[in-house]
Amino acid sequence: MLIAMLQQQRAHVQRGISLWRTGWIGVAFAMCIVLLSGCQDDEPVPTVVEDIRFVQPANFPAPAYNFAANPVTNAGFELGRTLFYDGILSRDGSISCGSCHQQASGFTHHGHDVSHGIDDKLGTRNSPPVMNMAWQPVFMWDGGVHDLDLFPIAPIENPVEMDEKLENILRKLRSSPAYPGMFQRAFGSEEITTSRLLKALSQFMVMCVSSNSRYDSFVRGEGVQLTEPELRGRELFSHKCASCHSGELFTDFSFRNNGVSTATSKDKGRSIITLNAQDDYTFKVPSLRNVAVTSPYMHDGRFYTLDEVMDHYAGGVNDLPTLDPLLRSGAQTGIALTTEEKQLIITFLSTLTDDTFLRDKKLAAH
Amino acid sequence: MKINTIPVLTAIALFLLSFSCSEDNSPTSEFDPSEKGSLSVEFDNVVGNRNLQLGGQQNYTNAAGETFSVDIFDYYISNIILTDKNNNQYIVPQDSSYFLIQESERASQEITLHNIPAGNYTSITFTIGVDSLRNTMDVGRRTGALDPATGMYWAWNSGYIFLKLEGKSAQAPDDAGGKYRYHIGGFGGMTEPTINNIKTVTCSFGSSVATVRTAITPTIHMLADVMKLFNGSTTLSIAQNPTVMFAPFSVNIADNYSHMFNVDHIHND
Repeated sequence: MLIAMLQQQRAHVQRGISLWRTGWIGVAFAMCIVLLSGCQDDEPVPTVVEDIRFVQPANFPAPAYNFAANPVTNAGFELGRTLFYDGILSRDGSISCGSCHQQASGFTHHGHDVSHGIDDKLGTRNSPPVMNMAWQPVFMWDGGVHDLDLFPIAPIENPVEMDEKLENILRKLRSSPAYPGMFQRAFGSEEITTSRLLKALSQFMVMCVSSNSRYDSFVRGEGVQLTEPELRGRELFSHKCASCHSGELFTDFSFRNNGVSTATSKDKGRSIITLNAQDDYTFKVPSLRNVAVTSPYMHDGRFYTLDEVMDHYAGGVNDLPTLDPLLRSGAQTGIALTTEEKQLIITFLSTLTDDTFLRDKKLAAH
Repeated sequence: MKINTIPVLTAIALFLLSFSCSEDNSPTSEFDPSEKGSLSVEFDNVVGNRNLQLGGQQNYTNAAGETFSVDIFDYYISNIILTDKNNNQYIVPQDSSYFLIQESERASQEITLHNIPAGNYTSITFTIGVDSLRNTMDVGRRTGALDPATGMYWAWNSGYIFLKLEGKSAQAPDDAGGKYRYHIGGFGGMTEPTINNIKTVTCSFGSSVATVRTAITPTIHMLADVMKLFNGSTTLSIAQNPTVMFAPFSVNIADNYSHMFNVDHIHND
C-alpha cells in the first residue's frame, strides 16, 4: 500500500518534471515564433474568438439542453458540422445526417413521405426537422429518446437509416487523417470516444436555431408588420390550433392522436415506448416553424400540402378511442374551419418561414 | 461406508463450528480492521449441467421440449454488495460496480473488485442490469461497460439492454428466420412509468466463506444457467415467443433469469 503510494507520488513528480520540461520547450518555441514573426510583418497575434455561441432568442423560453455539460465552442461546433454532413457515420459511407435533414427544407427530407436510407431502404416515419433542438425535452415522434446527446445513436444504428455501429464509427474516425486533429481542437486531446462524438454532434444541432422569421421580427417589435390576412390568420390560429401548437416553439411537446387514419399505418407511436394502450397512435406535436418548407406532413408524411392538412383537421379526423379530446366535441370530430379560414391560417403559417436559418452558411456543409 | 459418514460429517461440522466460534470471539486476531484486499467473481455460463458453448448444433433442450443453440449471451452485473457473517455490508463504490459479462469474451467473465475491507463474506448481492440513474445520466459519464458503443443499448428507446440471449432453434418460426432473440431491459421509464426489469439478487455462499485479506483474493465461482431463463415460473417457448424485447412479456423472462445465478464454490487463495 505504502509502496504503491510512493510509486504514485514518484509518478506525479516525474509527470511534473516532464510537464515543466514541455512547458519550457513550449515557451522557447513561442519565443522563436515571436522572434521570427517579428522579422516579418506586424501581423496581429491571432486570438481564438468564440463567435459560435448559443443565444436564447428574446421571445423564446429557456432551453432544456444542459449547456453546462457541453458548452458550445467554435471547434466543437465545426467538428459537429463536419460529422453531420459526413457519410462516415453510415455503414457504407452513403448516408449522412444531412441526407435526410436538408437545410433548405428546414433540415427535413423534402418531398419524401418517409425517408430512404441505406441501400434505398424505406423507414416508417417522416424525417423531423433538426431545428430548435435545445428546447426539446424529448426526441423522435414517439419521444423514445430523452437526451439530445443520445439521439444520434438511433438513426446511426437503425438498419434502414445508417445501419452502422458506434464501435465501427469510432474506429473509422480514429484512423481518418483529419478527425483526430479536429477532436484535439474541440476537446483538448485526440482521444475519440462515444461521448465526444455525440457531444460534438449536439453542439452543431443546438446551434440550428430558427428564430428569425417575419413572425419573430413582428413579435419582437423589430419593425416588421404582418399583413391584414396574416394577422387574421394568427387570430384564427390562436383559437383553433394553439392549444397544442402552443408558445413560441409552436408545440407543447405533448403526445396526441390527431385522428389520422390508421388504415394504412400500423404505427402505434408513443405506446411503443410507454407500453400503455392509452397512448396508442399518439405522436409528438411537431413545431410549426418553417412548416411551409417542410412538406410532407404528419408522422408518416401522408399529406403533401398544407391544404390537405387543413382538410384533415376540418373534416377528415378519424374517431379512434385515443383521439385527442380537443378534436372532439360531442359527436363531432375535428376543428370547424371554413375554406377562407383554412387559407388564412396557411397564410399566417408562412410567416414562420425563417430564410436566415434556411440559408445560414454557418449551418451548411463546408 | 455410509454408516460412518454421519459421525464424520458431524465431527467436521463441530470442528467448523468451534472454528467459527473462536473466530467470533477474537475477530481482531485474524486480520487488521483497516486491512484491504480484493475479491474475484468468475461468471461461468452453463446450460443445465453442461458448459455453455456458443454456436454449433442445437444441442440444448428446454422444458418446452425445444432444441436450441446459443450465439450471444451477454448481461450486465452492477451495484455489488458484499455481506459478511455479522451482516455488515460492504457496498462497492458506484464507479467500479458495472460489468458487462459476455460469453464471447473470456476476459469479461472474471471480474475483480479491489480495495475491499478484509472480512469473512458470506453472500453477494448484485443487480442484473443497470439501475435507472445510470440509464438517464449524462453521456460523458457513460464509459467502460456503460459505453453505448458496447451494443447493449437501445437507441430508439433510450436505455440499456440488461441481458441479451440469441440463438437458433428448429422450433423458431420461419418469419423469425429460425432464430430466437431475447433482449431484456426496461428501467421503469424516463417520463412515464413503464416496465421495470431491474432485478437485484442475493447469492449466499452456503457454508463457505470468502476470506478477503491483503494476501488472500477469494474467487467466487458463480454459475449462470441459461436454462433457467427458459424454465422458471414461466415456461418460455421459443415457438410462441421467438422475439422478446421491450414488451410486457419480457417481465416473465426477467423473473425467470433472476434465478439463474448460483454460487458453486469459492477458492480462498
